[in-house]
Order: sequence, then C-alpha cells, then structure tokens
Amino acid sequence: MSKDVKLSEGQLDALRELGGIGAGNAATALSQLLNKRVMMTVPKIDVVPVEKVPLLMGQPETLVVGVYLRILGDVLGSMLLTFPRDSAFALADVLAGRKIGATKILSDMDRSALMETGTIVAGAYLNALSILTKRTLVPCTPNLAFDMMGAIVDYILIGLSRVVEYVIVLEVEFVEADTKVKGFFFILPDPESLKIIMKAIGAEE
Amino acid sequence: MKEVIKIGMADLKASVSPNVLTTLGLGSCLGIILYDPVKKVGGMAHIMLPDINSVRVRRNKAKFANSAIKEMIAKMRKLGARKSNLEGKIVGGAHMFTGVKISNPSAFNVGERNILNARQALTDEKIKVVSEDVGGDYGRSIEFDLETGKVKIRTIAWGIKEI
Repeated sequence: MSKDVKLSEGQLDALRELGGIGAGNAATALSQLLNKRVMMTVPKIDVVPVEKVPLLMGQPETLVVGVYLRILGDVLGSMLLTFPRDSAFALADVLAGRKIGATKILSDMDRSALMETGTIVAGAYLNALSILTKRTLVPCTPNLAFDMMGAIVDYILIGLSRVVEYVIVLEVEFVEADTKVKGFFFILPDPESLKIIMKAIGAEE
Repeated sequence: MKEVIKIGMADLKASVSPNVLTTLGLGSCLGIILYDPVKKVGGMAHIMLPDINSVRVRRNKAKFANSAIKEMIAKMRKLGARKSNLEGKIVGGAHMFTGVKISNPSAFNVGERNILNARQALTDEKIKVVSEDVGGDYGRSIEFDLETGKVKIRTIAWGIKEI
C-alpha cells in the first residue's frame, strides 16, 4: 500500500456508514445492558498511518484508560478503546449507576465494567465489519490498562508497527442523559486484513 | 542556561551539561541513556523495537536499540565525548496489557526483547550498564540531567525515583 491512504468521498462515506452501524449496534447493546437509553455517535472516522496515532491523542503523559483486544478469524488485527481519565471515570459512574463525579479511583468492578464496554463496542464493530467484508471475526478476551497515554499507545504501536501500517480511527461519544463521554476507538487490522476492509469499501490500493 | 530537550518516540538526541534530556510516556518502548561523566556529554534514545536487522524498512535508526546506540555514540563523539568513558542506563520495556501474552506470545513480549537487545548491544559496544529500571506493567517518563548524570523516573502508580 502507498504512503498515504487517499480515500474518495464515496469510500469515506462507506467508512462513515461502518462507523454509524457499529455505533448503533453498540448503543443498543449498552442500553440493554444498563436498562437505560445510551447513545453512541462517531463524530469522526479516518484512516491514518500508525505513527500519527499519538498526535491525535494529545500529551504523552495524559492519563487514559485503554481496553485492548485481539481479533482472530478471517480478518486478523486488534482493537483499542481509550478514554481520558475523566471520561473513563464518568463512564464508570454511568455504568455503575452512580452520580457523575462519584468515581475517584477505579475499583475492580469499574475495570470490569469498562472492559465490558470495550467488548460491546468491539463486538458491535466486529459484527459490522463481518457484514461488510463477508468474513468471520472473533474477539479475544479484553485487557485493561490505566496509565500514561504514551505508554499505552506505544505498546500497541510497537506490537503492530512491524505489521500494521494503517489504523482506522473513530472518535466516539457516548451520551446518557446529560453525560457525554468522549474517547477513541482504534481498529488495527493486519495489512492483509486492511486490504480486505479497503476492498469491501471499494478503495483501490 | 539550562535547556530541556524533548525526545519523541523513535527519536534520539545528544547534548551537553547543563542541559536536560527528557522523554515521556515510555511503555514497551525503551529509553536508552548514554553518559560521559568526564566530558558531561549525554545522549538519549526512545526506541520502539529491538533490532534493525529484523525489519525491512530501516529508514529511522532511532527506532531500534542496536542502531540507535551506534547513532548516539557518533553524535556524542561530535560533542566531545570519549567512547571509553561512556556509561549506559536503560529505562522502560514494560508489558502494559498483562493478559495479552497468552493470546499472542510472539508479538507481545517486545518490551522484554527491547531490554535484552539493548543490554546486548551496549555490551557489544563495550559500554557498561550502570543502572536500569525496566519491566513491570506501567509507563515511565524520564529526565536525564547532563550536569549530574542522574536520571529521574516518573510513574503514575509508583511515584518518582532516581537512578
């Protein structure tokens, strides 16, 4: 694949549609899980070179929660959902049904709940990708880390920088009543898998 | 005037006393620090991968432990450092998502391989590793004071320490 992925308006539309479908699926599942109305939107979706990921996420020492999982099946890769500290804490409050701002430290329950959210979002997108590419995608168990953004992202970038060149980045927003939680969701397909996805949205190499 | 010089990911720099070299948010990445205590010349690299010979794209020498060390030595010599004076320190090489090892062992012990390769590459250059703070499952930021040769390590969970 060439140095920069130039996507046409039509292909971007196809990606945005993928973003929207995944978000819809995830919102439905989260609403069912929590028994209250949760919305999820994707204000922005893009395909960027791996090296540009840290720039998107701000200062390397920003505290973030990252939920990471591997994808197996016909399309290999991984997914990472990240939230800045405050957003992660607010989301933990929403998930646990607490008043927003109640979380001061993440308990084991909060960590599980955030991993569950990661699994749901990943599952929703795996499903959307599966329909788009007509392939099978299977998630592995999620893992959570709460640390400096640089440390979490470098881990992902290193593990992948030998194989993964491009990342599909989604800016995600969860809305429940008055609470709005922002984060990033990364789809990190292996090169072969990226080709499959790009082909499915009609992008040429 | 003391200048604070930032080193990004897959980046390296050398400088002289009283400047400070710093790099932020090391996870599996490794900070490699070289110091000539006599001339007070130092270098720091923020490497991502262990070995330049194991990859196809070799454009960025600062990305790999072995090539970064060679490059740093060359830069430090230009600033007056003597190779026989050099001391090495390494920091980082963590394993951030502790559960992932099971599902993908080969790709995800990179932190550990960075540590091993950096030690080996330093030994090959006959540079002694005088101290290190490596491994674990947490991120680190480092500040290297070229006046004293001290390296300050900041973490979220474990506070600050100096090596």
